[in-house]
Amino acid sequence: MAAASFTAAKFLAPVAARSGGEKAPPLPAGASSSSFARAMRRGGAHHPRLRTALAVSSDVLAGNKAQAAAANPAVTREEALELYEDMVLGRVFEDMCAQMYYRGKMFGFVHLYNGQEAVSTGFIKYLNQADCVVSTYRDHVHALSKGVPARSVMAELFGKATGCCRGQGGSMHMFSAPHNLLGGFAFIGEGIPVATGAAFAAKYRHEVLKQSGPDGLDVTVAFFGDGTCNNGQFFECLNMAQLWKLPIIFVVENNLWAIGMSHLRATSDPEIFKKGPAFGMPGVHVDGMDVLKVREVAKEAIDRARRGEGPTLVECETYRFRGHSLADPDELRKPGKDYFPVSFYFFASLVKFLVLTRLSGEMENGIKASLAKFAVVWYSVVPIELVNETLLSDFSFLSSLHSSYLICQHSDRYDEKSHYAARDPITALKKYIIEENLGTESELKSIEKKIEDVVEEAVEFADASPHPPRSQLLENVFADPKGFGIGPDGKYRCEDPKFTQGTAQV
Amino acid sequence: MLGAARRQLGSGPMLGQVLRRLRPAAVAEATRGYSAAAKEMTVRDALNSALDEEMSADPSVFLMGEEVGEYQGAYKISKGLLDKYGPDRVLDTPITEAGFTGIGVGAAYQGLRPIVEFMTFNFSMQAIDHIINSAAKSNYMSAGQISVPIVFRGPNGAAAGVGAQHSQCYAAWYAHVPGLKVLTPYSAEDARGLLKAAIRDPDPVIFLENELLYGESFPVSAEVLDSSFCLPIGKAKIEREGKDVTITAFSKMVGYALQAAEILSKEGISAEVINLRSIRPLDRAAINASVRKTNRLVTVEEGFPQHGVGAEICMSVVEESFEYLDAPVERIAGADVPMPYAANLERMAVPQVSSFSSILYFLLALAHIV
Repeated sequence: MAAASFTAAKFLAPVAARSGGEKAPPLPAGASSSSFARAMRRGGAHHPRLRTALAVSSDVLAGNKAQAAAANPAVTREEALELYEDMVLGRVFEDMCAQMYYRGKMFGFVHLYNGQEAVSTGFIKYLNQADCVVSTYRDHVHALSKGVPARSVMAELFGKATGCCRGQGGSMHMFSAPHNLLGGFAFIGEGIPVATGAAFAAKYRHEVLKQSGPDGLDVTVAFFGDGTCNNGQFFECLNMAQLWKLPIIFVVENNLWAIGMSHLRATSDPEIFKKGPAFGMPGVHVDGMDVLKVREVAKEAIDRARRGEGPTLVECETYRFRGHSLADPDELRKPGKDYFPVSFYFFASLVKFLVLTRLSGEMENGIKASLAKFAVVWYSVVPIELVNETLLSDFSFLSSLHSSYLICQHSDRYDEKSHYAARDPITALKKYIIEENLGTESELKSIEKKIEDVVEEAVEFADASPHPPRSQLLENVFADPKGFGIGPDGKYRCEDPKFTQGTAQV
Repeated sequence: MLGAARRQLGSGPMLGQVLRRLRPAAVAEATRGYSAAAKEMTVRDALNSALDEEMSADPSVFLMGEEVGEYQGAYKISKGLLDKYGPDRVLDTPITEAGFTGIGVGAAYQGLRPIVEFMTFNFSMQAIDHIINSAAKSNYMSAGQISVPIVFRGPNGAAAGVGAQHSQCYAAWYAHVPGLKVLTPYSAEDARGLLKAAIRDPDPVIFLENELLYGESFPVSAEVLDSSFCLPIGKAKIEREGKDVTITAFSKMVGYALQAAEILSKEGISAEVINLRSIRPLDRAAINASVRKTNRLVTVEEGFPQHGVGAEICMSVVEESFEYLDAPVERIAGADVPMPYAANLERMAVPQVSSFSSILYFLLALAHIV
């Protein structure tokens, strides 16, 4: 499919319509005319770039085809409840932030994570203490998933001295050294090189300093959004991470919007996961509203990195239920986007009916092949929920009309927000847990109650905490307490005899 | 008024000799005599030895930058280091300043001690977001949890005929930011001592070298050659004692100031030359003590005049030693234009030795000393 006709509906297309698995990925339309592209296709199977898999929507990475047969990845009861609790914590906490903001307890820029919990929980709950997480300004839930106590995060948001950064960072700059949460960066793309550096340090510690953990390399996960994927630093780091085979996972939280700029308006090729193989690393697309699928992909990517096989680019299709920040009026994500005019569907289904009924039984094979192609195009523009309805329209004019009416109705009211609200990760996991008998309704309710208590307590704690003392203003500018190279004992730091070990030959 | 006086006296015969233009080679001759040590070392060798010793002493120190490895350094500062320490510790990076600077910062967050080399500090503008937002501010934003023991080094300021985009001085830009330390070595002793101190320092340090000084030789004492030699950050050095006027300078301009002081001494004016060594933190105590002694101050820098280092020094003196000033503080800086290419225009855009002595002479004339 040519990039020019790409729409968000493509994300909703059935999995079968897209490439995946061992097959070489389709080259973009623009490349098809060059001889280089033809050479690639001929010798494609042996070219290292094309060997790298592109996986799609919960298909696991190529090579593990057998696992793709499972309808859902296996998860134990404890894991499922842990994931549920973590996502509920993220959701309740962010809702409380909104309340507190409108009451004036929180101020400045606050960016909430509602709707994206599956990505944070899916990845971070699989990490160890020693693994690092680097995030953007939308970092509250990453901090919570990594283990920073809710009361520390809430106090930091209130600007109190008991916050995780003693009130000096704020909403956008969450740091926690014990939890290896390395920020919290306001500039988009800024966290990616820092994360790459943390991964570099993990590899350096292993190879040069000969200090390694029992599991393998310490892994770094960098979270960033779709807008960041057009930024230069992103590409610079994809290059260097793969060049030096660093243990990092680049997680794109593609929520389709960068403040008010739609991803499709800002990006020449909106399929971000394809940018991984361009640099020689696997690029994976996963449904970011399903925590179990995210976790499955996370396991694969994290284990790869630990073994030293290098980076992975994971694109999570997700959505933020609230605006970009609490100050964002969120006017551009209005419901009711028409992708095609109403008349298109009517005439298309009429043509389809006419062609099918006139040609049935005549010149079947060749024409049925062309009809199959037509059907692929047709189904790619029809929202997935209506595919079943339109199947019946093949042989009856009336049902053709009916299905086109349904589609028109639906396209009139195609509402991105309610579409994704129906795919709320927390409701989905709840449903899964109950259906698979991993937990009862009352257990889940008690988890929710517990989390509400935790968040209430966090607010009370933050409220009761003191503001930072005035003396804190000038502290911590330098790690070096006096800023003159003078150590805590009052002598010049550089005269410390500890630094003079070594056998340098000048 | 001063400007008019300057132009008048500038045409006088007495100043013909001080308006003589000196060739760069002569700078070394003028400065050679002031120390009594036997051994000489170029700034390049001083930096190389400092890097070598620090990398040997601490395995978490590593060097990254463009051409630092196989090319032996764009200006040969890192010569021999790749062979000695291997590609794991001396990394040739792709041409991605923003990316590799951020990688250095991230590695420093995790306790390593990177040295990031910029081929010139002009290229650091591509990475300035990381220098300031990820490195300088992190210790503060994280309330002391995450310190960044990183050194950013490379040549700064004008070289010879390299044009506008390769000739800017960044001392004032970086010295503006709390959370950074900015060092500007002049001699081989400065280069060795300050680089070693910078690498050992737990905070981000901007180490501004100068391309034209790399090949200059300076006398070094045995103490300087010792592997534990370090200079304190934030302390200036009085290169030449004097009693009539204080001249503050950094980097290449120290050599020029010393030449000017030599010329003035023949006229009977004794100038005190302060080698700042550290722009942030600025050694305000030394500058003020000197001004209280001499009562006159001239600041010298190669960079653009507006909001420059000289402006800060002047304000510091006004704040602390106003009553001691007998004349307004004079500032000598580069021309307020992007650096031109033509050789004669370039000479005019950067301070020359003659301009110092002529200005000093005018000031002293106005104060009726001469």
